[in-house]
Amino acid sequence: MGSFATNYEEIAAVLLFVIGMSNLVFQPNLLKKIIGLDIMDAAVYLFLAAKGYIEGRTAPIVVDGILDASHYINPVPAGLVLTGIVVSVSVSALMMALTVCLYREYHTLNIDEIMMKLRKEED
Amino acid sequence: MAFVQNFPFFCIILSMFSAIISFVMNGRIAKYIHVAMVTAVLILSLATLSFVAGTGESYTFMMGHFPAPWGNEIRIGELEALMAVFFSLIMMLSVFGGMAHIDREVQDSKKNLFYILLDLLMASLLALIYTNDLFTAYVFIEINTIAACGLIMIKKQGRTYVSALRYMIMSLVGSGLFLIGLTLLYSITGHLLMSPAKEALDQIIAVHSYQVPLMVIIILVTVGLGIKSGLYPFHTWIPDAYGYTTPSASAILSSLVSKGYIFLLIKIFYRVLGFDSIISSHMVNILFAFGVIGMIMGSVAAIKERNIRRMTAYSSVAQIGYIYMGLGLGTTAGVVAAVFHIISHGVMKSLLFLSISGLTEVSDGRSDYLSLRGAGLRNRIAGAAFTVGSLSMIGMPLLTGFISKYLFASAATTAGNKMITAWVVLAISTVLNTMYFMRTVLTLYRPVSAEVHKEYTLEKSKIERAAIIGLILLNIGLGVASQPVIKAIEAGLAMFG
Repeated sequence: MGSFATNYEEIAAVLLFVIGMSNLVFQPNLLKKIIGLDIMDAAVYLFLAAKGYIEGRTAPIVVDGILDASHYINPVPAGLVLTGIVVSVSVSALMMALTVCLYREYHTLNIDEIMMKLRKEED
Repeated sequence: MAFVQNFPFFCIILSMFSAIISFVMNGRIAKYIHVAMVTAVLILSLATLSFVAGTGESYTFMMGHFPAPWGNEIRIGELEALMAVFFSLIMMLSVFGGMAHIDREVQDSKKNLFYILLDLLMASLLALIYTNDLFTAYVFIEINTIAACGLIMIKKQGRTYVSALRYMIMSLVGSGLFLIGLTLLYSITGHLLMSPAKEALDQIIAVHSYQVPLMVIIILVTVGLGIKSGLYPFHTWIPDAYGYTTPSASAILSSLVSKGYIFLLIKIFYRVLGFDSIISSHMVNILFAFGVIGMIMGSVAAIKERNIRRMTAYSSVAQIGYIYMGLGLGTTAGVVAAVFHIISHGVMKSLLFLSISGLTEVSDGRSDYLSLRGAGLRNRIAGAAFTVGSLSMIGMPLLTGFISKYLFASAATTAGNKMITAWVVLAISTVLNTMYFMRTVLTLYRPVSAEVHKEYTLEKSKIERAAIIGLILLNIGLGVASQPVIKAIEAGLAMFG
């Protein structure tokens, strides 16, 4: 149980990831799919941020003259989170644009209804 | 440092810049920029290939002035250079082969966007080939996905929006899994560059610590990239995505986009996780199983399909299965066969997709069997191209598909208990391939009665014909003179280690 108590952030991240992913895959509503995608991505960033933080250390900005690396945390995970956020923003934007196009074409946000209309169109 | 060593970097930056410049250009100029860019990339990659083959060893190229464990770098070996040559060649022939269709099917205001997407695709594929940094690979995976999504929906019809949506959902799940695998890997090794990460992993493996996280990483990375490349149970987006967009885009999506991910996976296996730990984790067996199932199920689905574009797309599912089967054999010969099949499938599939567009054109734009009767007689070049592509798919000697099958079969002989399964499935899959491809070819050459027969005035595009003939020659050339390519793949894989 000890490792569960110390790793609660990672556990939360994995749970959120699963919630987000199942929303992305199984939700029929397109907007909820996008929300699922955002939750999924945010879970990864939580995971990265939790992994990157070490209790009792600070950001690597030298103010009081301490140059010893053991006082600071690694700044790379935070950089990765930033990069990841930029990527996921562009993907969400693309998904929303797709949703707008689909809504204009089929007047619904429900993917099952869209598929039904599409099948009718083809017959 | 020789000047040639800069070329891979030039290729990536050239394709990115042509995308940026094309934003302020109209469609015609964007087209010229794209063609010039791909030609330049092809020439530069050929120079790189001959340089690396000459020196016989790989080298790393620092992006910026920070040395190995901190900076970002790209790494160039013979296999990477070969892949760059192949990707740019197929990209060029596919775009030429569908140029008249692009002009007709893509709205005028969107033409420059189409070429921007192709430029971005080229940039991301090159970056996936060359990069030595895992996070850079992730970023370019996403760029690749976004560009591919744009290519799928470029015709702006309801059908293509739905295909793009399905593609995006599967792809995003894949890249999410890949990213979390990457995060785990970073947290246990502390490195994002491939070579230092491998060194750290080797130490970890030597003392048997972190065994569970390592297993989870292997699963997440493999499944993530497997989903994105359309491995069997995750293939549902393939027929939609390849089946309805403009022919060039279908050809590029099937022969390049999914292959970029597979190449990255091979690279991560060799250069980060270590092929031995992949074998000892039994991941190869899982890949083998899914590959084998995909080979059969993809062909079965193709047999049931009445629309030949969707049929060809389902055949891609089977061919991706071949590649994963080769990887799953767990031997170097298997990986060589898989890499060769990446190339040879690209050559065959782009030819098939381009020729299908020529055939549907002379059949009232319909692509079901009934309408396609006699289409090979109405459009002779497209008919011949489809026939060559089909024969190659089946594995006719003198064509590239035969060499792939031969390599897979001979690689299986050294794979122990997987040998019988691999042979049996190869045989079954060949029979199934023959069934649906020969059925189509026979349909194409079935004469129709005079009253059904209409005269079609073909808009003959010289560029399209030249590109299709080029692809036919490439199929034959790779089938007749495959030895240099196989040698290069073997040498390149040796440089990977």
